[in-house]
Amino acid sequence: MSNTETVLASDGSSLKQSLARSLRRQKIRALLLIAPLLLFVLLTFIAPIVDMLFRSVENSIVQETLPTTVVELASWDAESGNPPSEAVFEALARDLKVAVASKSHTRLGSRLNYEQTGVSSLFRQTGRQIKKLDLEATPSFKDAFEKMNKRWLEPEVWTVLQAFSGKYTDGYFLAAADLTRGADGIEVVPEDEKIYFKLFLRTLQMSMTITIMCILLGYPIAFLLATLPLRSSNMLMILVLLPFWTSLLVRTSAWKVLLQQQGVINDFLVWAHIVADDNRLELINNVTGTVIAMTHILLPFMILPLFSVMKTIPPTYMRAAKSMGANDFTAFRRVYFPQSIPGIGAGSILVFILSIGYYITPEIVGGTKGVFISNRIAYHISSSLNWGLGAALGAILLVVVLALYWMYDKFVGIDNVKLG
Amino acid sequence: MTASNNDDFVVFDHVQKSYDGELLVVKDLNLSIGKGEFLTLLGPSGSGKTTCLMMLAGFETATNGDIRLDGNPINNIPPHKRGIGMVFQNYALFPHMTVGENLAFPLEVRKMGKSEREEKVKYALDMVQMGDFAGRRPAQLSGGQQQRIALARALVFNPQLVLMDEPLGALDKQLREHMQYEIKHLHESLGITVVYVTHDQSEALTMSDRVAVFEDGRIQQLSSPDDLYERPENSFVAQFIGENNKLVGTVAAVKGTTATVKLDNGSVTEALAVNCGEVGDRTTLSIRPERVDLGGKKTKNTTDALVKELIYLGDHIRCRMEVHGNDEFIVKVPNAAGHKHLVEGEKTTVTWAKEDCRALDA
Repeated sequence: MSNTETVLASDGSSLKQSLARSLRRQKIRALLLIAPLLLFVLLTFIAPIVDMLFRSVENSIVQETLPTTVVELASWDAESGNPPSEAVFEALARDLKVAVASKSHTRLGSRLNYEQTGVSSLFRQTGRQIKKLDLEATPSFKDAFEKMNKRWLEPEVWTVLQAFSGKYTDGYFLAAADLTRGADGIEVVPEDEKIYFKLFLRTLQMSMTITIMCILLGYPIAFLLATLPLRSSNMLMILVLLPFWTSLLVRTSAWKVLLQQQGVINDFLVWAHIVADDNRLELINNVTGTVIAMTHILLPFMILPLFSVMKTIPPTYMRAAKSMGANDFTAFRRVYFPQSIPGIGAGSILVFILSIGYYITPEIVGGTKGVFISNRIAYHISSSLNWGLGAALGAILLVVVLALYWMYDKFVGIDNVKLG
Repeated sequence: MTASNNDDFVVFDHVQKSYDGELLVVKDLNLSIGKGEFLTLLGPSGSGKTTCLMMLAGFETATNGDIRLDGNPINNIPPHKRGIGMVFQNYALFPHMTVGENLAFPLEVRKMGKSEREEKVKYALDMVQMGDFAGRRPAQLSGGQQQRIALARALVFNPQLVLMDEPLGALDKQLREHMQYEIKHLHESLGITVVYVTHDQSEALTMSDRVAVFEDGRIQQLSSPDDLYERPENSFVAQFIGENNKLVGTVAAVKGTTATVKLDNGSVTEALAVNCGEVGDRTTLSIRPERVDLGGKKTKNTTDALVKELIYLGDHIRCRMEVHGNDEFIVKVPNAAGHKHLVEGEKTTVTWAKEDCRALDA
């Protein structure tokens, strides 16, 4: 039979079709089984994430609040250094009248204030005064605005308005990457204003440190768990899992008690004359505090995948190596360790990705120097209410994690990761 | 191959082993293995044979007693310094290394030069007819091929003693039989000493110079395969090796090598007194199914038999009959011309020579 010929089922229809038909019921049933969770995840997880990520580029507020002004302003040449034409001022007056009625001008003011300080108060003040302005009896709108606030004649305000008149903006992303749109295009902000790049770098460094600490502390324990007889290894496993059953907040707060300058650890060190009383160690509200507390909290995520991989390495491998003349160390290094690498890989990915987005623990024990990028995102979402910037930072974090994951796959191979 | 038993290459001297301090897994083991000998430790699982092997390899320590290798006590020498090759049940080939790297491993840890290493690896691979497989990973090989590699790896550093822990257990029957011959030939051509552990009696009989039958932490009998089969010293060995017919009774008289035994159904028979104790002791008579004659000339040991079941097996017919009250009595009737043809329910007589009926312990 040639390959192009269609295979027919007994009733004459194509075999592929009848196979699809016979499998359809199974597929529908499978879909129905996962449907509740799928719907739940779509509504409560995927949709909010997409919406938040969209906020990082979304900028319709200028267009919506000042529709005619945006159109008139489009032809203004920002390079000229002159304020825009009378028509622009008239359009602004008419738009603002409408905006003030719905009080949306203050929201626009605070939005543009992210780009240039002072714009918020300018809009507030103008909003109050424009109520008195009679649109039909104004000879020159330019003069009227000048009377309200001299800043309206400065080109800076108009440059910002023009730059952010589009429906979408890259402003949030530029800000998140410590860049700004100056007179000569995109430029790097002054050194002392750079915060996000440093924060990203610190987040990566601290996550890396935590991952390495977890490997160093977790490997021997996982090895012990995998080699001990069942009874004692079960006991040890309960000890490993115990932190899982304790509230995260309780554990983090416990570290606060332990680590602070008048805390248990410092008291003990002073009592043991290891450190002087007037030279107590700073263990909290800095990087050290965050690394210590987070290593403790994330350790089980390293131990469990390591354990499940080590459990599958038969003890005869080590015996075989020894019977061939390798001493304990060589047998471990050449035979056992290479086979446990998939566990290290799985544990590292888990710990690293969990720690890079961690929030609660650094917030409590990190002070100002030991916080992660996620704390900054939380600040923009809940305190400064600059959701666009928060979303842009979140999007960058997501991309960085995906890029690292891709790199890991490229160099280590995701097939080499075993979670159990 | 003649193994000189005086040559004490490996010696177990009153060795005991206990894991929990309460139960002895190995009870007072005394065993000498000659240089170049192929010795098999045979026994049911839990009989202590693997523990003995592990003590010799150094993975278990003897609780009491001495183990000597070539005259030197090795109790306190760690396994990697004993220079003993070992083949494991599931091969234990390192999955992250190629076949070549696996074989080079024991040479590398001995700090052997690269060219010498390659030469030895090639020689060892050729020895097991796997010369073309050096670049493969163990997972790409079949069970039989993995077994050959494991064998080559245990031999590549020229150990004087090679231990094998049920190395053929995971192979199918045909391959297992083939590998038995290969291992035997390698042993003969290299002149190494092999200690082999198995629970498969036919494997033990095929390959060994001597077999040590283990049961309950003791060696029940240590002898050559033919002695083991034809002259078992106790009822466990008789029962464990090959097929065996059991008749139970009490010793009535012992005269020289002949024991007169009163069986439980009241009849009296004569047997070779091997291990039957004194007059009045209980005894088990052991007769191999192929040593029983049907019909034949009437002697002192001729008795009535009732045919219960016939099973056709091609070259012979297995006949289950009732003899002396034992209805599990098996007789092998050769499927040869001129032989008597039995039918179920038929009454006939069976005879055996006195020498083939061994009176053993109860």
